[in-house]
Amino acid sequence: MSEPGDLVVVGAGPAGMAAAATALHGGLRVTLLDAGPEPGGQFWRRPVRAADPAARAAHPRRGRRTYRALCAALSAHRRTGRLTLLTDHHAWTATRGEDGFTVHAVDRSRAPEETDVALRAPALLVATGAYDRQLPFPGWDLPGVLTAGGLQALLKGGGVPAGARVVLGGTGPFLLPVAAALATRGAEVAAVCEASGPSAWLRRPGPLLRRPARWAEAAGYAAVLARHRVPVRTRTAITAAEGTGRVAAVRTALLDADGSPLPGSERRIAADTVGVGWGFVPQLDLLVTLGCPLADAGDGSMAAAVDGGQRTGVPGLYAAGEACGVGGAALAVGEGRLAAVSVLADLGAPGRPNPRRLAAERAAVAGHRAFARAVAGAHPVPPGWSSWLTDDTPVCRCEEVTAGAVRSVCADGSAADHRQVKQLTRAGMGWCQGRMCGPAVHGLAAPGQPYAPAERLIATPLTLGALAGPGEPPPVPS
Amino acid sequence: MRVVVVGAGIVGAACAFHAAAAGLDVTVLDRGPVGAGTTSRGEGNILLSDKRPGPELELARLSRELWDEAGAELGPHTVELEPKGGLVVASTPGALAELQVLAARQSAAGVRAERVGCVRDLEPHLAPGLPGGVHYPQDAQVQPVLAAAGLLGAARRRGARVRTGEAVSPVAGRGGRIRGVRTADGAVLPAEAVVNAAGTWGGEVGRRLGAPVEILPRRGFVLVTQPLPPMVRHKVYSAGYVADVDSDGAGLGTSCVVEGTRAGTILIGASRERVGFDTAMDPAVVAALAAGACRLFPFLRATQVIRAYRGFRPYCPDHLPIVGPDPRVPGVVHACGHEGAGVGLAPATGALVTAHLLGRPWRGADPAAHTGLLPDRFLTGEGTPS
Repeated sequence: MSEPGDLVVVGAGPAGMAAAATALHGGLRVTLLDAGPEPGGQFWRRPVRAADPAARAAHPRRGRRTYRALCAALSAHRRTGRLTLLTDHHAWTATRGEDGFTVHAVDRSRAPEETDVALRAPALLVATGAYDRQLPFPGWDLPGVLTAGGLQALLKGGGVPAGARVVLGGTGPFLLPVAAALATRGAEVAAVCEASGPSAWLRRPGPLLRRPARWAEAAGYAAVLARHRVPVRTRTAITAAEGTGRVAAVRTALLDADGSPLPGSERRIAADTVGVGWGFVPQLDLLVTLGCPLADAGDGSMAAAVDGGQRTGVPGLYAAGEACGVGGAALAVGEGRLAAVSVLADLGAPGRPNPRRLAAERAAVAGHRAFARAVAGAHPVPPGWSSWLTDDTPVCRCEEVTAGAVRSVCADGSAADHRQVKQLTRAGMGWCQGRMCGPAVHGLAAPGQPYAPAERLIATPLTLGALAGPGEPPPVPS
Repeated sequence: MRVVVVGAGIVGAACAFHAAAAGLDVTVLDRGPVGAGTTSRGEGNILLSDKRPGPELELARLSRELWDEAGAELGPHTVELEPKGGLVVASTPGALAELQVLAARQSAAGVRAERVGCVRDLEPHLAPGLPGGVHYPQDAQVQPVLAAAGLLGAARRRGARVRTGEAVSPVAGRGGRIRGVRTADGAVLPAEAVVNAAGTWGGEVGRRLGAPVEILPRRGFVLVTQPLPPMVRHKVYSAGYVADVDSDGAGLGTSCVVEGTRAGTILIGASRERVGFDTAMDPAVVAALAAGACRLFPFLRATQVIRAYRGFRPYCPDHLPIVGPDPRVPGVVHACGHEGAGVGLAPATGALVTAHLLGRPWRGADPAAHTGLLPDRFLTGEGTPS
């Protein structure tokens, strides 16, 4: 067990990095851990080969100055010894005791060796981000069908597009930068299918008009797409993927008001790669295990319930970034700073920012949050999405559970939520533990209600050997 | 006769299954969904091997037969009923000698128990050097939530009603006899009998019915591994398990239980702690389970754990279930306190409750043969808990 510090931060994305930097600036000893090989998270994911200019080009320009400043601050504090930065450390569970929190992480820095490491501190900040919300459709299990986030990660990681001819679908502003990055890197983007209508923003234009930077950013992506002649089809969804052995084409359809395909509007578009993104779902495993109360994030998911200072309902436990509701990197940085300020205040640390700067930070966070809410309101998952599913469409890919099987246990009244569906059909019992299929199963079982993930006491798979601790080495397979 | 069963777990489902089969008018009520309590938190054990001769083993022997009957009706595949057999392994010669004494007594009580010299003949991936064990071919496994849903489905086909999301309070009649239950909306459900099949919450339901019984929670964790090709064929456990099941210690007991499932995952148990209804994750307990499993099956060191879950076994002070009518409140029949054996004991419990309701034996369950499980054993002459 390591020397206890003042604060453990799980997740070194924008929120976790900002929180760690602020807490360190205020004089605390901080342990910052992340499952990735270096800080940055998904948003500031760096190429595997940093020298690769193509991969660097996929790196977002926005917030790069913030990223560099945070990296510099963290490096400085590593030299003072007050920051312990643990990369390739995946937090697998956390507990709360009388003297604070213990985070258990599996150290994979010497893979394939795995070691359980226990990190203790009186305060814990969870900044574990979010992952792609996936909705199944016929053919979604074909090779070549990825999440929009997965396509983006491939681009950022290696600088190469996953395919030559790509169709993107889903909803939300994230589709545009992915499409623009793909087009810039030489892929043919055959279509971007946005399920919302072009007038969705007109219903609540205020938050967008108050954020001219985001407006300019969107205009920039639109210009890139126009230059590469990428068609953006609104009120349109990918309703099926086809192919043998790999995706060869998608079927798209115009949607009516509730999201059901309009008869006669179907088209077939050839593609070797498909990226689908229906927004993001907060990663809450550690928070739920610690008993953190959740609240409706307004985008179809539950998220950590926090006060104005990012305090959760559990004393000493803080949350920042997408775990509190999806809202992008700028919001995450602001929330991370506010969380660290709360930690400093709650631990009675002397170093706190001046009130005027704090007020400005709070106002900025409130503005970003209003914008995130407006985005969620303009890009809902269409209620009729499940009408695209045939009864033999797999919903849970790990356990090969079909939409028909899920529908039948819901129809006869045996199951009222995704936990019960899991018990009766095995949907969500496989490798991914429902991280992929949970929102979809929930959408079939309890449509219209926000998704709260099942409790996962183990947040990431780890070997029994790592759990058991040192012992006899595993036998060599004969 | 109108019967309300409180609890839609495996025991309540089996009570409804048998009572409906006997022609009684059955309504099952549960405040939560079907099988969402302790039923969903176990491994689905149907065991004779872990029981010493006595009233529980007698119930278990009957239950083993009734599981085969129920499985035949429901379809063994739909409830994943697998007569895989159990293998109890000893890690020392002393433990083996003790195990063999227990097995001889179990054999005398009618359990099939076969001595095994080389345990790796039955389980090739066991660690080398284990001195021996005992094979119990009657041990079996079932998927408990599917089984509860299946038993309730069969009861429904015989006219039973199942209402989830319903908390109840009793309606007393003349002379303290129960007349029915009141649901949350104020409606009265008339009934001549109310069965307390509320599992770990049986103590609370008993109090509400005016017939308190002492049921306490005993926490247990289970680990689930990644899916693998078949590596563990039987339910395999260490000889210390039986002593742990019987133990009265409040502290942690972890004896190692390892078994495969049809889905390819391997389940690892079984910890026992008396910590009330504390739901907190305990990495030390989970680590002890992992270490025990790796000692039995060294290949598991390189196997990934994908999930951990925990539940609360309902236990009585003497580790026997309470099955039978409560003398203090005519009409109340208890069927709870099965600790970690509720899934295995469910069908015989359902049959025995039905026999008590009918006043005559039902499906091999004779109230006169199971008096050791009556609630009376905890009551003084005045009808108060002793």
